Amino acid sequence: MDSSPIFQVIKPGIYTTFQDMGRIGFQKYGLPVAGAMDLYAFQIGNILVGNTRNTVSLEVTLIGPKLQAMAEITVAITGANLEPEVNGQSRPMWSTFRLEKGDVLSFGKYHSGVRAYISVAGGFDVPVLFQSQSTDIRSGIGQTLDKYSTLNGFPKSEKKGVGLSKHLIPTYATSIEVAVIEGPHMSSFKSNERKEFFNKTFLVEPNSNRMGYRLSNSKKVGTIKQDIWSDAIPFGGIQVPPNGQPIILMADRQPTGGYPRIGTVISTDLPKIAQLPPKSEVSFYPISVEEAQERVIRLERELVTLGMIRKHMPSR
Amino acid sequence: MNFTIDPVGDTGIRISFNENVSSKLIYKIKMFCNYLENMGNDAIIELVPAFDSITLYYKPYVSTYKQLSTQIKQLEDIPLHKENVISRRLTIPVLYGGEWGPDLERVANQNALTVSKVIELHQKPNYLVYMLGFLPGFPYLGGLEQRLATPRLDKPRDRTPPGSIGIAYEQTGIYPLESPGGWNIIGKTPITLFDIYNKGDEFLFRAGDYVKFEEVTAKKFSSIEEKIVEKTYKLKIEEEFYE
Repeated sequence: MDSSPIFQVIKPGIYTTFQDMGRIGFQKYGLPVAGAMDLYAFQIGNILVGNTRNTVSLEVTLIGPKLQAMAEITVAITGANLEPEVNGQSRPMWSTFRLEKGDVLSFGKYHSGVRAYISVAGGFDVPVLFQSQSTDIRSGIGQTLDKYSTLNGFPKSEKKGVGLSKHLIPTYATSIEVAVIEGPHMSSFKSNERKEFFNKTFLVEPNSNRMGYRLSNSKKVGTIKQDIWSDAIPFGGIQVPPNGQPIILMADRQPTGGYPRIGTVISTDLPKIAQLPPKSEVSFYPISVEEAQERVIRLERELVTLGMIRKHMPSR
Repeated sequence: MNFTIDPVGDTGIRISFNENVSSKLIYKIKMFCNYLENMGNDAIIELVPAFDSITLYYKPYVSTYKQLSTQIKQLEDIPLHKENVISRRLTIPVLYGGEWGPDLERVANQNALTVSKVIELHQKPNYLVYMLGFLPGFPYLGGLEQRLATPRLDKPRDRTPPGSIGIAYEQTGIYPLESPGGWNIIGKTPITLFDIYNKGDEFLFRAGDYVKFEEVTAKKFSSIEEKIVEKTYKLKIEEEFYE
């Protein structure tokens, strides 16, 4: 199927990239996964507009782009509340709406969260590299949105006003507590340091980004063994470099690294981290792998169910 | 094979081998990965082999940690014979020193060697690619002469050009992309290690390969560069190499 122009970029926003659920299968060659930072908001956006959950969308950071529709399209904005507007008229988050040819989608003031997703019914036409359409600037794959560029897609008119139940819409707090599965480098931390880690409240540093969230606390997290053999770093892995200030590794992380890791943020809590602006507060509590996986299974069921309900809605 | 299993968050399992890092262990890890891939468990997303571990990423809603770790434990008694593994050896041309090797003299001074001795010693071993990581296609090479071991730079460089050959402690490696980095840069290769558009052959190296460095003159370096642009350069790759 041929793609056609769907958006003209008037303003690109500060950091707008194409993301799907990332590159799977190439970490053994050193290639990062990349992909959407907030996989919950990302998947919900696609479900709402009637796409498959892994359809490439735009990830917007803090200051949104200004885009002019070049065809009739149906979109949904999920994630951070950045006050979406069409021709200056406010539009709801977490709900589908229609854009006619010539309509201008823009964003207003920043309310909560950091990253929003623009999902378009039919999806965008973006080159597939290593089985994914995610932008990974450091690896030379794609770039941030360019001013005056034209974005192509496969426009489809879908039902407008399809919204998410209120109780499923997350609120993005700036002081959060997230669950952590301890390990795997247990021998690099004394047991009292591990206990201390869960009593501390960390501050999010301004140089946090898609690669990692840098945290700080006046008292450092002590390590007893820094020289470990490099191994795979998961999304949410919390590494502790020699300066004792932890870093939570995020979507654009390098796939392997050599700093000891005290634990991993559970996957259902990662969207909360991805939506934390600088100066936010974060603390951690330990959880068993069994309990964490119960939450993952529950969320997966929920997403499958939402997808099925959406599929059975009439298209207009 | 003696190993321990730990969770890495709720979507990963780390299999740690209770053995010192060695070329022998790298082969075992390579074979163990084959066994894991052939287990036929649909929950498995991907494997990331490292120096003394394999991390397996999986879908917990297909197999839980408990189910998958029980299945992996059953591999404890599988035989791992080295002779099944055939390695390749790639000969990488290097222009040492000068503009492209800003740390060569420092590496020499710190180890009380002459520059020419450093160049000689660096070309001597058959380096084993222990694993890829850090950057796309970046080989962690083992086998550096002890006499060349040099600590990382105190302050990492903002940019290290692609093709740079570096030393960090007892490791040597090659930068596939321009990147910030703290390795001591002693030379540069014109060879491309990571080519997004070379479909199916994007990464030059694989874990388990051997690498030999070969010094070239500035003139030869430029001629190789030209041939690479014309797509007429043929890198020396021995398909069956036994150390």
